[in-house]
Parts: sequence; structure tokens; C-alpha cells
Amino acid sequence: MHADPAGVLTGSHFLDGDHACCEGALAAGARFSAGYPITPSTEVVERFAQRIPTVGGTFIQMEDELAASIAIQGAVWGGAKAFTVTSGPGFSLMMEHIGLAAMTETPCVFVNVQRGGPSTGLPTLPAQADMMQVRWGSHGDYEIIALCPNSPQECFDLTVKAFNLAEQYRCPVFVMLDEVVGHMTEKVVIPPPKQIEVTPRRYTTVPPDQFKAYEPKEDLVPDMPHTGQGYNVHVTGLTHDERGYPNMKPVAQDKLVRRLMDKIVRNADDICLFEESDVTDSDCVVVSYGITSRIAQRAIEMAREKGVKVGKFRLITAWPFPEKKMKEVAARTDSIVVAEINLGQMVREVERAVAGKVPVRFVGHAGGSVHNPEDILKAIMEVA
Amino acid sequence: MTTLPVQTNVVEQFLRMDRIPHIWCPGCGIGTSVNSFARALIDAKIDVKNLAIVSGIGCTGRVAGYVNLDSFHTTHGRALPFATGLKLANPKLNVVVYSGDGDLFAIGGNHLIHAARRNVDLKVICVNNLIYAMTGGQTAPTTPREVVTSTNPHGTYDSSFNLPYLVEAAGAVYVARWTTFHVRQMARTMQEMFRKRGFCFLEVISPCPTLYQRRNKMGDGLDTMIFYKEHSKVRNGAPTSEVSLSKAGEIIVGKFVDRERADYRDLMHERFYETLGDRYVEREACECEI
Amino acid sequence: MAKGSVQIVVERCKACGFCVEFCPTRVLALSSAFNAKGYHPPYMVHPEKCSGCDLCGMYCPDFAIFGFKYPAEETENKDAPQVAAPAPRASEVQDAR
Repeated sequence: MHADPAGVLTGSHFLDGDHACCEGALAAGARFSAGYPITPSTEVVERFAQRIPTVGGTFIQMEDELAASIAIQGAVWGGAKAFTVTSGPGFSLMMEHIGLAAMTETPCVFVNVQRGGPSTGLPTLPAQADMMQVRWGSHGDYEIIALCPNSPQECFDLTVKAFNLAEQYRCPVFVMLDEVVGHMTEKVVIPPPKQIEVTPRRYTTVPPDQFKAYEPKEDLVPDMPHTGQGYNVHVTGLTHDERGYPNMKPVAQDKLVRRLMDKIVRNADDICLFEESDVTDSDCVVVSYGITSRIAQRAIEMAREKGVKVGKFRLITAWPFPEKKMKEVAARTDSIVVAEINLGQMVREVERAVAGKVPVRFVGHAGGSVHNPEDILKAIMEVA
Repeated sequence: MTTLPVQTNVVEQFLRMDRIPHIWCPGCGIGTSVNSFARALIDAKIDVKNLAIVSGIGCTGRVAGYVNLDSFHTTHGRALPFATGLKLANPKLNVVVYSGDGDLFAIGGNHLIHAARRNVDLKVICVNNLIYAMTGGQTAPTTPREVVTSTNPHGTYDSSFNLPYLVEAAGAVYVARWTTFHVRQMARTMQEMFRKRGFCFLEVISPCPTLYQRRNKMGDGLDTMIFYKEHSKVRNGAPTSEVSLSKAGEIIVGKFVDRERADYRDLMHERFYETLGDRYVEREACECEI
Repeated sequence: MAKGSVQIVVERCKACGFCVEFCPTRVLALSSAFNAKGYHPPYMVHPEKCSGCDLCGMYCPDFAIFGFKYPAEETENKDAPQVAAPAPRASEVQDAR
């Protein structure tokens, strides 16, 4: 389906990542947002508040992130595409409702413009230290999808993608920016509506008397009912059966929770986006994501000038982690360097996938700035 | 002798009969309030297709699971923001929030005052059993003084909220209180709320025989209903500052507040028309295209 | 002469006593019989006093009883009309075991 022209600001723009993210949401069909101010993410919803009255929809500033993260889910069940936006401390507050979205299979998008942490940390400076939290932050077993843009253009493109993935897999999808990508201003090209692919909500065509709210289709995802059309849906965060009714038996728990995970894991090949170059027969591959990938690019060039064969692997989808692909990359190189703005998060997934086949060297720091290319170069030279 | 056809209980059409009997204890008033709710739906001739019910967590929170409507059983304390999103995205829905005193006023307190402040068009039915029942009888912000609970085993000592006072101060346009003894009045009030636009609040005082009454040697559900009958006084229009509850004192019931104030959406539309004129795109709903 | 009657879903009753207490004409009392959960459900001890007002039905927290009025012409007859029995619900038959 093509994007609704009302939300598409076709043209060539000079936008920062936060603003581009908002435009991506509008282009994807988001017509409801609830948010709470937190640096460095606030601009996303400020722009939405500015734009939405002339596009047609609603923005509401809620009293806290707990309210924002569930108001969007109410809006989704009311029929809208909805998203919220936050940074570290707000993200922590949203954890319970991330679990609710996963459990009730509510398609929604959360944008986290990551900043230094923990706690209040560095409100105006970058980090990439919520990467494990986005995967494991809520209690219980569940799967999510997380995308990492590395430019304002990608902030637009991947936000559209996030909405599409949310509708397709009926799960919460995360766009993990960092403060630098969010606040850097670059050219952003927004195509005409007909060139923007938008996934429609998978509403059921089964009549109310035959419909079972959580009966999965072949891809393990159930179709959604319409509220207000006599479906008498029951949506609950309790473990439930295919009618949506609470069921406290271990058998029901196993069936439901496994399906919530399998629907993502089994479709990982379609969901996992990445960028790779010069991996085969390389001495070293640098794995990175977000803003760090741009510094890594410089470090790679510097290493190549010194005669080292260095490949690049950029995670665009961080979760589900592209395990299969990572193993395959490890098989084609002699060493891996992982660079991220934290003290060791995605590197653990890399190590897990690589399983000791090649040495993995980590280059990180606690946050507040981007890497120096020299630090990544040093790691490449030491390990290659 | 003639034979009449099978008689059906009129309320069953609104219940998920495949889940009855429900989990509420003998003598608990939640079921009675749901009974009144069902009768209010019938008498108000509401198009129930457009009625959605949102609950939080707790004994009263289970109401969503038993009514045969679009029903949402959300997280503890957050029924109101969910309902806000639901209503604003789909304004033709009549959204009822049906939850308990702890859910709405402790963990959910912040959301309560803001939803009332905004005057979002929501109908809130708060069953107040003066305790956290589902989790085994802990103190709630509504538990009166000198009451034994599991977290105040020597009796409560701090003050409790006066719910109608709080909700009126926060901005609600309709505030009423009944006990589960007042079945007809509950149903009538609920009907009035369905028709009124804005943030409407009904407090329903209910027994919790298993925890509140039993731990305080106050008898069972029936004893409590008789207590309500003998100790409630109808004072419509009473100042809400005067309707606090105590352990064994008078219970003032009635319709306390019924006023007019533009609701959230009206205010939003007004503002955007003022500032944007015909550039404002007023949509009936925020629905995404299919 | 009774103007109405009640229908009691015995298996759903939790013997709270609300219907017995609040019936305006004191038609009901808790029986000595047990249902499958061990509760004493109510029965009509004075059926002739029933007006079919359904106040018992309004009070019942368990939807286990309701009142209904006989059609006007029936109240002239000496004998109360019979009412066809409802089919038991699967969920309740299960509980009775």
C-alpha cells in the first residue's frame, strides 16, 4: 500500500534526525502520538505537535512516560498508527508497557534517542547504552525488533520501516537513535507518496461470531479485530488463550509465549537488515551501528591505507540479532572489532554468535561523545 | 395451566457467559455493580457496539474480562491513559473505565488527576472497597483510620483520600457516590454518565467481606449491605469536602457535582480553528487506512 | 396471587443472602440443600407473594437469580403458570462435577 499523501512532505530537506524521524512517522501513517518531554528526543514530538493538526490526527503530551507508553496502545486499539518518543530515563519508565504491547500483540513504535546514562546521566550527549535494555528491559520472555539509523535520512527511512514491521508482526518496534544522529542536520530526501511502501493494519475479514482474537495465521501472527464493530474483543496482559481469555495453565503459557517469540525469530531473515562490505578474506571486520558506524568507516579507511584488509558490517537491525549472518561473517574473516558507545552491549551478542571462532576485540567508552577513529584503528591494528 | 417460554436474565447479553461463574467472593459488591451497569446499558439504549470498557488490575479490574463488550484489561493504574488514547483516536466510542480504588487512586493517582483536569470524555466507575483486595488485603489510600489490613496489622494511622473531593478538585464535570446497596440509583447514575460529555466519576462503595470486613470483625457481605442501608444518607449536591468516609460512620451518597465544561476534544478543536483556520484538518478519528 | 416469579441458577449461587434480605415481600430463604460448591442456594418460601419486581436480580452479584412478571392475563388464574426450564450451560455443568 502507498503512503497517505497527507503525511508525506515530499522533497529535499535539511533536517536533523529527530525531525526526520517525525516525518518518517507521518509518512508511515502515524496519526496519533503521546509523549513526554525528555532531552534529546523532545523535538520529534514537538514537530509532530506542530504538523499533525494540518495533517489530521492528535498529539497529546501526557503526564509521564508511563502514560505516554500506554496511551499509544489505547490509540492503536482505537484504530490509529501510534508512536511515542523518549530517552533513557523515560525508556526505563516505559518497560512495563513494552511488555504489555508484546503480550497483547499491539503494533506500535517507540523511538529512543539514546543519551549517556545510567540514571540522569548526560542528558545532551550521546551513548548507545540502552541496546540490551531494549531487548530485555521488560519482565518475562518476549521478542522485539530494534532498528538503528546512522543518519537523518535513515531516521526517516527506518521509522517508516519500523511502522511497517510493527503492523506485520504485531509487536512493539524500536527506533534506536543516539543524541548525535538525532541532532545532526543533513540532507533528507522524502520521496513522493507512491514511492513509500506502507504496510496496512492486518485487520481480520472474519465476521465477529467466528473470529478468535489471538488465533495465529500461518506466519504465527493473528489478524487484528476492529474496536467498535461488534467483535467484543478482550485484550488482556494476563496469559491468554486464542479467544483472548485469561488462562493460567502452564500449557497455555508455553503455547502463547513461545509463539510471541517464534513469530519474530522464525522470520528473522526478513527482519534483519544490515550493511556489509569487503568482508570476504578480510583480516578484520569492524561491527558497529548508529553514529559509531560513521566513525568506524573513517577508521576502516585509515586501516586500509596501512594495507590491512578490513571489512565492514553495520547492524541496521540490532534485534533480533542477525546470528546466522554474524556466524557467516566470522567464517570469512580473521578477526572482529566491535565498536559501540557503551562498555560492552552488542559485543556480547557478537561474541555469542562467533563462539570463539575468531578473536573479538571491543572498543567502547562510557558515553558523552562519539569514538575517535584512532581508537578503532588501534584496535584493528592490534587484532588483525 | 399454561407454560411460559424460558425466561432469560436480561443482563446475560452483556456478560461473557462462558466465563461465568466469576472469581469474586460471596458477598462482594463488584458483581452487583456490574449488574447495575448492565441494566444501565439496557435502559440507556446505548449502542453497545460503540461502548468500550477499560480496566486496570485488581478485583474490580477483572470486570473487563466478564463483560461482553470490547474490553481492555490493562496494567495497574494505567487504565485512564489507555482509555485517553482509545477515546482520542476513536471519539465515536463511548469509553468506560471500570477499576478499583487502589488502581485509580494510588498507582493511578497521577493519571486520574490529569484525565480529570483535561476533561477527557470518559466515564469512570470506581468500585471502592477501601482495600487492595486481589493481593490479599493491603492498605489502600482510601482505607479509613484504625482499620486492620495486612500491611497495617496494628491498624491504619494515616489519612485517606476523600475521592469525590479529589476528583471534583481535579476538574471532573460529574461526581457521584452510591453504595452497592443502592442498586437502582447506581444504574440511573450510570445512565446519566453515558449521556454526559466530559470526565464523569462514580464511586461505588462495596464490601470486601473476605479481607476488609473479616479482618475487622465487621461481619460478611450481607451485614455490610445492611450497614450501608442503615448508615447512608442521600445528600444530592452536598459539598464534596464534607463526604469523607470513616471506619463505621455515616456514608454520604448522591450526585454531588454535575456541571458543564468543554471537554478535551472540544477545546482542542476550538484552539486549532482559532489559530489555523481552514488549514486545520479535523478528523472524526485517527484511524489508519486499511 | 403471585404476579411473577424468580428463576434461580442454583450452581451459580454463592449464598451471599442479598436476595433473601432485600426482597420487599420476603419471598425467599436460603434452603438447606447444597449446590456443587457447597453453598445453600435460595428458594421461594412464599411464592405467592412474588411480584416479579426483579429486585433480587438487581442485587445478585453472581447473576444467579432474577425475577420476571407474569403476563397480565396469567395473574387472574388460580394456578401459577409453568415456566420452561433453561438448558444448563456447559461451563456450569462442568463445575457441578
